[in-house]
Amino acid sequence: MSMPLSSVTTVGEPAGPGVTGRSKRPATHALARLTRAVRSNHKATAGAIMLGIFVLVSIFPGIIARDSPSADIYKPRLGLSTAHLLGTTSFGQDMWAQVVYGTRNVLIIAFSVGLLTTTIAVLIGVAAAYLGGAWDGVLGVITDILLVIPLFPLLIVITAYAHGASTLVLIVVITATGWSFTARQLRSQALSLRSRDFLEAARVRGERKLYVIVVELIPTMTSLIVASFLTNALYAVLFASSLQFIGLGDPNAQSWGTMLYWAQNEAALQTGQPMWAIAPGFCIAALGAAFALLNYAFDEVGNPALRPVRRSRGKRAR
Amino acid sequence: MRYALRRLGFFVLTLWAALTLNFLLPRLMPGNPALAMMSKFHGELGPNALKALEILFGVNTHQSLISQYFGYLHQIATWNFGTSLSQYPESVSSVIGGAIWYTLGLVGITTILAFLLGTGLGAVAAWRRGGRLDSIMPPVFVITSAVPYFWVGMVLVLIFSLTLHWLPSQGGFNVTSDTPGLSLGYIGDLLQHAVLPAVSLLITTIGTWILTMRNTMITTLAEDYVRMGRAKGLSSRRIMVDYAARNAILPNLTGFAMSLGFVVSGAILIEYVFNYPGVGFMLLQAVQGEDFPLMQALFLLITVAVLLAILIADVATALLDPRTRTAG
Repeated sequence: MSMPLSSVTTVGEPAGPGVTGRSKRPATHALARLTRAVRSNHKATAGAIMLGIFVLVSIFPGIIARDSPSADIYKPRLGLSTAHLLGTTSFGQDMWAQVVYGTRNVLIIAFSVGLLTTTIAVLIGVAAAYLGGAWDGVLGVITDILLVIPLFPLLIVITAYAHGASTLVLIVVITATGWSFTARQLRSQALSLRSRDFLEAARVRGERKLYVIVVELIPTMTSLIVASFLTNALYAVLFASSLQFIGLGDPNAQSWGTMLYWAQNEAALQTGQPMWAIAPGFCIAALGAAFALLNYAFDEVGNPALRPVRRSRGKRAR
Repeated sequence: MRYALRRLGFFVLTLWAALTLNFLLPRLMPGNPALAMMSKFHGELGPNALKALEILFGVNTHQSLISQYFGYLHQIATWNFGTSLSQYPESVSSVIGGAIWYTLGLVGITTILAFLLGTGLGAVAAWRRGGRLDSIMPPVFVITSAVPYFWVGMVLVLIFSLTLHWLPSQGGFNVTSDTPGLSLGYIGDLLQHAVLPAVSLLITTIGTWILTMRNTMITTLAEDYVRMGRAKGLSSRRIMVDYAARNAILPNLTGFAMSLGFVVSGAILIEYVFNYPGVGFMLLQAVQGEDFPLMQALFLLITVAVLLAILIADVATALLDPRTRTAG
């Protein structure tokens, strides 16, 4: 839950050369550029592979875990063995199955919150920048207020009033409170693009506002939008897992956060079952790292000065 | 000056928004959640305490929402947050007063340490671009930024208290042998209990400072005034500290304010893992005990603390950087 890494560098400059409307299909062009960027950057490749593995596991959990995650039919507190890769909980559940089946819940939250917050942020940020005037003022103030109110305590209060949150409630609440950072970034990006020639050209051609925004403006911001999606997905993973960990999620859900909640409740560390807490926490960290690595790589693509230098080349300033 | 006033105006506006949110939330939730809480504690509360709670949560009242709102604002302004239900008959403000110093000490000191260490390391990494520090740190800290705070705490407990038995894993001091006060034993105990929570916070927050500083400083190092300094034959140290780092530190200062919200969130979870007797642990206890008056007051307290810190950082940035003043 630290600050988004892209905060410093991505605002201001457009995504790179070749985006000023020369290409006939900016959207596909931008996507091709993104794919190329992922493949040429080691950090991005590592992140993409990790994310890919988690996605596969969440779709086909039954292939790598034979046991049911909720069945409490085994001998409790078993150690690591070939029958139970991570041992069993003090309720007699298989931990490996719990970790594997827990992947789906957290990925659903990550992708839904990532998509929803980014969509809201694009709508609000671009609308504020493009409409200007009073609209910009009002939307800007709402964005700024939401930006500085500490989100996690707010989430705790909301879910406490709701008496614990199902996965759907978690998605709704995290989305409703989490879009402001991205909206602000997108607004400044859209503002810096607003007076560019290719948008002026579209206006002079007599295109409608909506057309200009959707077809001309938004595709040029693809890399920032993708970076926002990644940042928001990372937050969703951390916030949702934290809320589940402190017992504000659904205690019967199959998820890593809920697993950690039961581990803490049953004093897993103190009673010699460290895997109960270590394994789900490690998975949260690995999934978060996948999003963070991809995001950092996009930062490097957007700002060439940050790319790692080869030592033989010597310092730039000389 | 105009800039400072604008920031002050925004502070007041945000504070009002937080208060209003706090007012609306229990009333908007399906089936006022305070109702269940009130009936649970009904027999135990005195008439005054009951009345204060009714105003705070809008229970048993036939007033319109508007007049409820003004009653609520009046009560907050007179510092009456009601009675804590889990620690009845103590008032909410006195319950919080006991916990706040633990959090301020823990979060305050770790945040300052993380800021100083992180900014320093980031500056050195950017200065020795392509060096060992610079190639190892960014990927490592990108990854640590994704690690859940509470999990770091749990791992540290497992290693340093349960396996090596070096440090205590629970509480803020030794409850059985110490009485809080200015004794050497108590203070030593306090520090010993703070080490693991502080280190967990430090590990998870320092990466942001390092990366922000490094990335900004790389940009400032390409500026003409740095080349000018080199041409004048100034010592590297002088260029690094007085020319490049001094200008690159500004985003970190603003980030300092912005990240406080995140630090507070992390501290809540860390305090929970370590049963550390601060406001974060208290907030979660209030949630679990359905002590909504205490929870509301703690939410407001945390929000106000973060907003104040942001205001201070804004003013500090304006004092340090003339450009923000003119840009206003």
